[in-house]
Amino acid sequence: MKIFFRLTALVKPYFWWMALAALIGFATTGSGIGLLMTSAYILAKAASQPTMAALELSIAGVRLFGLARGVLRYAERLISHNITFKILTKLRLWFYDAIEPLAPARLMHFKSGDLLQRIVDDIQSLENIYTRVLAPPLTAILVAALMWFLLGVYSIQAALLILLFHLLAGIGVPLFSAWLSRGVQIGIMKHKTVQQVLALDLFQGIGELQVYGKLPEHLEQLHSAEKSKLELQRKNALIEGMHDSLTGLLMNAAVISILWALIPAVSTGGISGISLAVITLAVIASFEPFLPLPATVKHLEADKHAGERLFEILDAKPETEAPATPLPFPSNHDISVDRLSFSYPESMTKTLDSISFSIHTGQHIAIVGPSGAGKSTLTALFMRFWNCSEGEISVGGYNISLLDPEVLRRNMSLVSQRTYLFAETIRENLILAKPGASDDELKTALSAAGLPHFTSKLDEWTGQHGMKLSGGERQRIAIARILLQNAPIIILDEATANLDGLTEKEVTETLKAITSGKTLITITHRLKAMEQYDKILVLDKGAITEEGKHHELMEKDGLYKRMWSLQHEVSATLI
Amino acid sequence: MNIDRRLFQLLKEERAPFIFSLISGVIASGLLIAQAFYLSRVIDSAFIQKTGLEKLLPLLGFFALFSLLRMVFNWASNSEANRGTIAIREKIFIRLIERVGSLGPIYTRSVQSGRLSTTLLKGVEALDAYYSQYIPQIFFALFTPLLIVCTIFPADPVSGWILLASAPLIPFFMVVIGKSASAMTEKQWKTMSRMSGFFLDVLQGLPTLKLFAQSRSQRDTIEKTGETFRHATMRVLKIAFLSSLTLELVGTIGIAIIAVGIGMRMMDGKLTFQHALFVLLLTPDFYLPLRQLGTKFHAGMEGVSASKEIFAILDRSTPAGGDTTGFLKQDSAGTCPIVCSNLSYTYPGATLQAINGITFIIPESKTTAIIGPSGSGKSTMINLLLRFLEPGAGSITINNCPIHDIPLEKWHRQISWVPQHPYLFNASLKENILLARPNASEEEMNAALTKTGLASFVTSLPDGLNTMIGEQGSRLSGGEAQRVALARAFLKNAPLLILDEPTSHTDPELEAALRNSMEELMEGRTTIIIAHRLETIRSADQIVVLSHGKITQCGTHDELFTAGGFYRDALLLQQESSL
Repeated sequence: MKIFFRLTALVKPYFWWMALAALIGFATTGSGIGLLMTSAYILAKAASQPTMAALELSIAGVRLFGLARGVLRYAERLISHNITFKILTKLRLWFYDAIEPLAPARLMHFKSGDLLQRIVDDIQSLENIYTRVLAPPLTAILVAALMWFLLGVYSIQAALLILLFHLLAGIGVPLFSAWLSRGVQIGIMKHKTVQQVLALDLFQGIGELQVYGKLPEHLEQLHSAEKSKLELQRKNALIEGMHDSLTGLLMNAAVISILWALIPAVSTGGISGISLAVITLAVIASFEPFLPLPATVKHLEADKHAGERLFEILDAKPETEAPATPLPFPSNHDISVDRLSFSYPESMTKTLDSISFSIHTGQHIAIVGPSGAGKSTLTALFMRFWNCSEGEISVGGYNISLLDPEVLRRNMSLVSQRTYLFAETIRENLILAKPGASDDELKTALSAAGLPHFTSKLDEWTGQHGMKLSGGERQRIAIARILLQNAPIIILDEATANLDGLTEKEVTETLKAITSGKTLITITHRLKAMEQYDKILVLDKGAITEEGKHHELMEKDGLYKRMWSLQHEVSATLI
Repeated sequence: MNIDRRLFQLLKEERAPFIFSLISGVIASGLLIAQAFYLSRVIDSAFIQKTGLEKLLPLLGFFALFSLLRMVFNWASNSEANRGTIAIREKIFIRLIERVGSLGPIYTRSVQSGRLSTTLLKGVEALDAYYSQYIPQIFFALFTPLLIVCTIFPADPVSGWILLASAPLIPFFMVVIGKSASAMTEKQWKTMSRMSGFFLDVLQGLPTLKLFAQSRSQRDTIEKTGETFRHATMRVLKIAFLSSLTLELVGTIGIAIIAVGIGMRMMDGKLTFQHALFVLLLTPDFYLPLRQLGTKFHAGMEGVSASKEIFAILDRSTPAGGDTTGFLKQDSAGTCPIVCSNLSYTYPGATLQAINGITFIIPESKTTAIIGPSGSGKSTMINLLLRFLEPGAGSITINNCPIHDIPLEKWHRQISWVPQHPYLFNASLKENILLARPNASEEEMNAALTKTGLASFVTSLPDGLNTMIGEQGSRLSGGEAQRVALARAFLKNAPLLILDEPTSHTDPELEAALRNSMEELMEGRTTIIIAHRLETIRSADQIVVLSHGKITQCGTHDELFTAGGFYRDALLLQQESSL
């Protein structure tokens, strides 16, 4: 129930719109009832051959109700759908606002296929919270009240009877059908989630599936998930069909009971025959708003589940938060890392263990070490994707947690091993780094990054995850991005590891040219041209084991020398 | 109306349930008329003839019985239509996934996964309303009003004529308004499917957005997309609802005209109360199926729109898998050389050939390295060998049999493949490795782990081999993912080995340690390897140098080094930068 209230709180801004839509909805059904009642009145009255004048009012009434019903329904539908889409956009923004601070630290264990499912499906199912969950009971209650009042004028007995059948149709049938279909909606959603993950595995891992002969098996899994889903959807459809029939049956039962109750009174003259006809038609018309009620219960169940899943993600506390009054980014870019330790949640070992070092403005340093030494974790800490467990990182003497993370990131460029490209145009992918950049700026950056042939392709689509581009081209896009960003501090995290020798050399040279005069942190396990660095830090198992310039480290008989020799021996044997 | 011919074709495959559904519906319509007749009798007797309740009990009993039966038949009609629909949906789903499966990785890489999954999961579901509601409703919208009008005629011909005259207005308006709504629904479907792709992209790229401090401004884009969607949908709905408004008005005004008309005729004594009430009771039910057709038509159109994307996938031609058995008698690709002759490939829409008429032999049981600058056609060559692509011209043959004539699974069974970016499935690490050979023994598994240097990594994982590795192996580094792929290759033990930068994410220490196991893996197998780091390919029996889709050089390390050219340059470059 708590979840339901949290959800309704989200749609509260549209309260008055919803109230209006509900009122119009009620008026629509009311017109329908009125139309049949006045029609029946005309017939019944005509049977006694009255004067024409006696019928004039009801004839006008019939026409009015007939027109009103159509027009009101149109208005109600437009308003309620507009509300729905407003709610949808609001939900999406709300979700994004909540998820944005959580990325990437808190989202590590969510699979993005599942996330997509959550966003699109759960939100799409919540968008209907007004039309499917809130509006139908409201209309039904109003119509039931109206009927109670109308019948009460003729006969208290009839009013009590209609109340009984309305209660059965409004509460009994929905509860019964909810009981029958318990778990069905959740089951369908679960199968859909499974399917989404399987489908993503199919689309992105199809090469592996083919080569390992696992494609038929994988397709079979997808098929069986579909089958289970279809079975549940069939069950659902059967129950839905049944509750429609049950509501219809209750309507007929109400007609029979009320006739039963009123006919004796008609023969004794307690009630006029005209009223009998009018009441019967009113009873028939009054059941219309009860038809969607069982679906309401089902949607409520689905929405609750969807809400639970969304809140489960969103209730996580962000790893890093912007300080309330962030300090301005310092003009001095000296970086100092002081007794920094870090361990990932639920991990027993420290990924970084009390490391300290400092970098002066404009210095170029390299952090080297075998994979798993904690090099990339350091990058994530610099970028404030995570918070330091102990110790601190400071820039220009300010602890980076006191800066606005956005400002910090704008002043630090990162090129990592795999550059994420959005399935957008080249332009969109570049302009990210400098919103509002002119085409000329983009072209200059592309040329400088070694992609002069891309300058005419700004509007070309990069394909799924930039798959249409080669590895070298992707890294060059990343370089063009940092050129546009023009930050004083640059971190290269294995930026050229995926490139072939020649491309690597070219890219390295481009990088060298654009990083001169800036503070540079290179993270690498490939020891090439190490003499250029002002300082080399050797990171092993989370701790700095050696520190110094290339020649100093070569004089020691440590890990650095071992790594260097190994890499260069191999190369030396080639010739 | 909007019965897409191909959708109708599918309907024919599941004829029986739909026929049952229609029959049940027809019976239900008959019962509806009987109900109206008895109800009008009851009220007429009570009102006009002042009959007592006891004498009316049989009539009320009939009314009750018919209403019960009608509900049963209605339910049966829905149920049968649903049964047929479910069968059709399952069929389409199977056809779709099989088609995507045979289209292969080159196709799936060229489209957004989000869009594909929208088509696969939502698109097929959107067909539900088309088959289970729209199609049966077309029949009922014709049949039920006709049946009602036939029974009204003997009671009151004038009302019958009014109904007959007003009925065609409904389909008329529906067609007029429906046409423009149809185009709009289609557009809206596209917006929705684009939006779903857009969201996945934004989510996956959220870290990148954060790096550029753009994640908060992305909010505006989402808002804009949402608003675009809202406007698009509202435009559709304004028209779609306009059609239902017209239909509703035809219905309600029809009722009003009939009610006033029969009232007048009763005053003139031309009509009895019972007949008049019978007509009035049936009039709403005359218009109801026609009106419902309006709403169901709208729901059905969504299915028609979705089906366009579905058929677009189904219509893509897939490489015809041959069934040549000549090659299979030996069932080992490792003992024959692979011959590429005049092989060419051009990507669709590209002007330059990615592979341009190359001819060379990949000797059996030996190692062939392919090198060249990026964009030279190395990956295309691998994709052709893996049969992810069909050659545009020329052929790849083994044992005189074009590999593209061999059934795909049989060809793939011969191959172990270590891609540059191995895909890790959303499953445990163990399942990811066992993909290559599900029945591998524990010793074989351990051997593969040791040889790929994964053994110590596994022990560092919280649940060891049973650790779930997420989307794109988000918990595994690139090097670790490649080693998983290597472990797969060890387990698969296939005669052909295709290595696409197998150690590009591995550090030199580990690479050196892996070299022995890699050599063991390559021993006695026909190996094709792409490597940027030339250490890896020094010992290759043959080195093929590609440039702009052509072979510029081919030979051993010594030959190429002496001859000079790309290989020597690249090697010297590497030397120079490391010394």
